[in-house]
Amino acid sequence: MIEVRDVTKIYTAKGKDIVGVKNVSLTIEKGEIFGIVGYSGAGKSSLLRCLNLLEKPTSGEILIDGVPITTLSKKELREERLKIGMIFQHFHLISAKTVFENIAFALRAAGKKKAEINQKTLELLQMVGLENQKDQYPAQLSGGQKQRVGIARALANDPKVLLCDEATSALDPNTTKSILSLLKSINKKLGITIVLITHEMEVVKEICHRMAVMQDGEIIEAGDVYNLFAHPEKELTKTFISSVIQMELPEPLLKGRKGVVIKIHFKGAIAEEAVVSELFQNFKVKGNILHGKIEYIQETPLGIFIMELLGEEAEVKRAITYIKDRIQNLEVVKQVA
Amino acid sequence: MLDSLYSILPDLNKAFFETLYMVAISLGVALIVGLPLGIALFVTDRGLFFENVWIKQVAGVLVNLIRSVPFIILLVALLPLTQLITGTTIGPTAASVSLSVAAIPFFARLVETSLREIDKGVIEAAVAVGATPWMIIREVLLPEAKPGIVQAITVTAISLLGYSAMAGIVGGGGIGDFAIRFGYYRYDNTIMLTTVILLIVIVQLMQVIGDGVARAVNKR
Repeated sequence: MIEVRDVTKIYTAKGKDIVGVKNVSLTIEKGEIFGIVGYSGAGKSSLLRCLNLLEKPTSGEILIDGVPITTLSKKELREERLKIGMIFQHFHLISAKTVFENIAFALRAAGKKKAEINQKTLELLQMVGLENQKDQYPAQLSGGQKQRVGIARALANDPKVLLCDEATSALDPNTTKSILSLLKSINKKLGITIVLITHEMEVVKEICHRMAVMQDGEIIEAGDVYNLFAHPEKELTKTFISSVIQMELPEPLLKGRKGVVIKIHFKGAIAEEAVVSELFQNFKVKGNILHGKIEYIQETPLGIFIMELLGEEAEVKRAITYIKDRIQNLEVVKQVA
Repeated sequence: MLDSLYSILPDLNKAFFETLYMVAISLGVALIVGLPLGIALFVTDRGLFFENVWIKQVAGVLVNLIRSVPFIILLVALLPLTQLITGTTIGPTAASVSLSVAAIPFFARLVETSLREIDKGVIEAAVAVGATPWMIIREVLLPEAKPGIVQAITVTAISLLGYSAMAGIVGGGGIGDFAIRFGYYRYDNTIMLTTVILLIVIVQLMQVIGDGVARAVNKR
């Protein structure tokens, strides 16, 4: 669907070159929700803006549905943009136009007939739940409502792709949830490919299928969201994940332990099995759960347990081997003191 | 005192309409020419959809050139042009030519400034939606800058009122000229005061109407 080939974006400001995006290659599949995470200045916004050529890449190629958008003429690019919707952190609605007119604007840009515009705009308003606000001006709406108008405008011309530039970063947690579920349902219902950038891991956890982590203009890690959450490799990825799944034990608490402290990741179906209780039945060890959590990432459970095993050394070792056989991911955090 | 006031009424009335005439014509020309010029100054700027350094520079220099000439000099310097356009160099119609020439760049700069205040993101969103430049100008730039443009019209009209006082140099007439000739040169304080009060009232009225309209069109 979207193919980014070796894209680099260099900004020149006051004679200095600043690298925004560095040799990024990326393939985003049709119908998936792809998240790009990074701190501000990591280049994720620049990368996203390259996808509809709001920023022209310095080098590299971008294909949307096979169309190399980097080589299009101005007119062709305008037509291509009709098929790429975009929503923004600060909504960017036309303040002098009503909700209805803001959405109709996008349809007029596509040269639609008046009757069609009216009908489609009403449909869109219904989809985002703003039928009653159609004659209000943006200033009279809440943040969440403004973003809904933004979404309706972005979807007006039935795009194949929706780009979300920090779409929920200016919203409160509840509103964020409702916007995210709206995006999710749009993705399911319309099969539209969504690319979003965010610094909030919660958003990725909530709706993304795959994700990429960006640092200093480069993609340092990418893959399936569930797998990355279960086995992050890069430090930055771990930091981001720990912002939604706290997995570390406080140092003083760890010091006071007498037994062996282990950390277990349960992935997928195994998280629902009774591995731990079987452990206590089969081995003469006592367990002391220090920390435990099961997160659901796209309806798949990811369990993390930190516990202390007490008992004879040999028995504890056998117990650990038993768990390791059943679950690949076991980490001994602390050996016997 | 009332007698002298009464005796000047016909003249004052004539002066009033002369002022109105000159301000209206030059304001009209400023709107027709200055608005597109102001838009051109803005959209040819860096990073915008009609980015064009050459046009931007030439238009910018031209605007600054006219704006830096004191109006009274412009008035005289433009006499050949006035002759060409109106066939005469005296009277309110003749004065309107140089008033218009002064008002165009003045208004254009004000328009440019109010366009600059629009959130760049809104323009960008319109670009991302696939709108044509013409659509963006008509449906994003102008509506978004409308309150600012209304203020610009007010400021331009009031400045033109001030400039029009100098139109007396070319026999343009008007209230300002009337005040200078009858009030100032003849030391007639009554006339002086009356005309000044009249000017104050007109300026106030313009400002109040301008502010009111600007508020009414502001949806922010």
